[in-house]
Amino acid sequence: MSDSIIKIQSVNKWFGDFQVLKDIDLEVKQKQKIVVCGPSGSGKSTLIRCINRLEEHQKGTIVVDGTELSENTKNIEKIRAEVGMVFQQFNLFPHLSILDNCTLAPIWVKKMPKKEAEHLAMKQLEQVQIVDQALKFPGQLSGGQQQRCAIARALCMEPKIMLFDEPTSALDPEMIKEVLDAMVNLAKAGMTMIVVTHEMGFAKEVADEVIFMDEGMIIEKAETKEFFANPKSDRTKLFLSQIL
Amino acid sequence: MKKLNFLKPNRENLSTYLYTGTFLLLMSSFIVFLNAFFKVNLTSFLPGYVDFFLPLVLGIIGLHLIRIEFSGIKKLDLLNKNINTSTFNAILTLLIIFTIIKSIPPLLSWFILDANIAGDTKDVCTGSGACWTYIKIWLRRFIYGMYPNDEQWRINIAFVIVIALGCVGYFATERFKKFLTLYYVVIYPIIAYLLIYYLISGGSFDLIWVETGAWGGLSLTFIVSFFCLIFCFPLGMMLALGRRSDLPTLRYISIGFIEFWRGVPLITVLFMSSVMFPMFLPQDFFMDKLVRVIIAISLFEAAYVAEVIRGGLQALPRGQYDAAKSLGMGYWKMHIFVILPQALKLVIPGIANTFLALVKDTPLIFVVGLLELVGMLNLAKTNPKWLGFAMEGYVFAAIIFWIICYAMSRYSYNLELKYKTER
Repeated sequence: MSDSIIKIQSVNKWFGDFQVLKDIDLEVKQKQKIVVCGPSGSGKSTLIRCINRLEEHQKGTIVVDGTELSENTKNIEKIRAEVGMVFQQFNLFPHLSILDNCTLAPIWVKKMPKKEAEHLAMKQLEQVQIVDQALKFPGQLSGGQQQRCAIARALCMEPKIMLFDEPTSALDPEMIKEVLDAMVNLAKAGMTMIVVTHEMGFAKEVADEVIFMDEGMIIEKAETKEFFANPKSDRTKLFLSQIL
Repeated sequence: MKKLNFLKPNRENLSTYLYTGTFLLLMSSFIVFLNAFFKVNLTSFLPGYVDFFLPLVLGIIGLHLIRIEFSGIKKLDLLNKNINTSTFNAILTLLIIFTIIKSIPPLLSWFILDANIAGDTKDVCTGSGACWTYIKIWLRRFIYGMYPNDEQWRINIAFVIVIALGCVGYFATERFKKFLTLYYVVIYPIIAYLLIYYLISGGSFDLIWVETGAWGGLSLTFIVSFFCLIFCFPLGMMLALGRRSDLPTLRYISIGFIEFWRGVPLITVLFMSSVMFPMFLPQDFFMDKLVRVIIAISLFEAAYVAEVIRGGLQALPRGQYDAAKSLGMGYWKMHIFVILPQALKLVIPGIANTFLALVKDTPLIFVVGLLELVGMLNLAKTNPKWLGFAMEGYVFAAIIFWIICYAMSRYSYNLELKYKTER
């Protein structure tokens, strides 16, 4: 494994009086796949939203690809362009076609020529197998197709890191598989990924490390096999017994 | 209730009921019709109250008889379902029908049958109807105000060019589409301003100078509305964004601005623009009355537009902001490509509402001495040679304003349909 691409050191965050993140330390190496799990309200979404600064942390340091994220960070857009993100609610732009959803950011943020951006978008859409839907609008697609489009849209920025915030939680059971397949393919292609999910099957298949969070703290962090075979803390055991 | 059963139709005697009911209904309408159009009272032999209520009673019985459930006749079922569900409903239906029949003859006679349009003086208007001669004679004034007759071609040409330039968007090819916003927000108003300055105002190129005080009538309505619409929209958009900004200074300036302009009546704003505003200017600085009025109305309406657009911005889910940010878009890119297109689409009805109100507020510029359509009407109404025709004038203005506003409202519906997307 090569150098770490994300370094999180003793990060704390509060929403008002409520502390959502407590002394989080995390290091992600290049091409590493990390699955974050835990009960709802445990701060896992907040943690990955801090990594591309959709949320601001109040204490500690987060370094992404050599740049520290703070209020003084000038080129926050540049960092965000390197960090792709997929949301629970897809968040496609409903007024643009699938193709335009994918080409918008490459054209206007990366200044890519339109032809090239479209070519790239078609390639990514083909990867997630919705190339035939390219000219439709998000509202005309099923949830699974929308989520795959969202993955393709993020990939069109050619990010170094991909963040997934419960990508399958808003989907029908039947559609979960098609999205997970797309994510597995992406993992196999060597993308650095941080995935917040409850899909333990996915975690077992692709994750290098699994992190269990509760009440804003990292309770347990272990290699995947180790994590599932013999979890150390009682909280983790309880969680696993309920979810598996 | 057994006795009344014969009043309820069944399958066998359905057609009997249908024909009797329809006959009674037609009879009642016919009596009212004869009464309204020919002043003939078929039932005058009956005592007073009976005579008065007979059409209504006949109609109620008729509608009761044809109130047949599941008759199998499509039109009848539709009728029963919509305007004949109960006796109360039947009465309302009949009253509306009678009112319409009753109001046709007087309207017809006032507008057309007893109206006059020939001739050039007030004397031809002898009938009891409208005197359209008045409108005919004053039409030029109503359209061009005090603008000299020989120079009115200048207004016509300027308007034709402005409209033609406004249609450019329809013919723009794919390559120029992205410049359209720039064109409409910046270039188009400048061209329109120059046209109006050089062509309508004149003073150069061998054209006679016509001061803005002489402009008026419908053309002034259009000029004021046009510039106010064009200026208040971008300004309102900026204010809406400013009010939601993270920068406290910008936010408080926007809030202050919006709340100030929303809190004062338009008429005082106009008054101050003409009376108080010049006091704050240096002595030799001159700003035309019309320009001041346009600026005042634009600022005033911008505050309303801002609040309407803010409503649209708030209706967007936070995820749209998150998604745009996560793709590396900065504030302006995010708003131009993702947020505003969706928010503006949502507020088309609200914006149309504000714009209609703006057009209908233009007559208020009379307080600074500018006379647009309604202002000219008020002027003509007091002309000693043409006293007593206020009614015709206001009806004429109402029709003109209705046409303008209806066109705008249809256009906004079209926009809504055009930009409709599923969420």
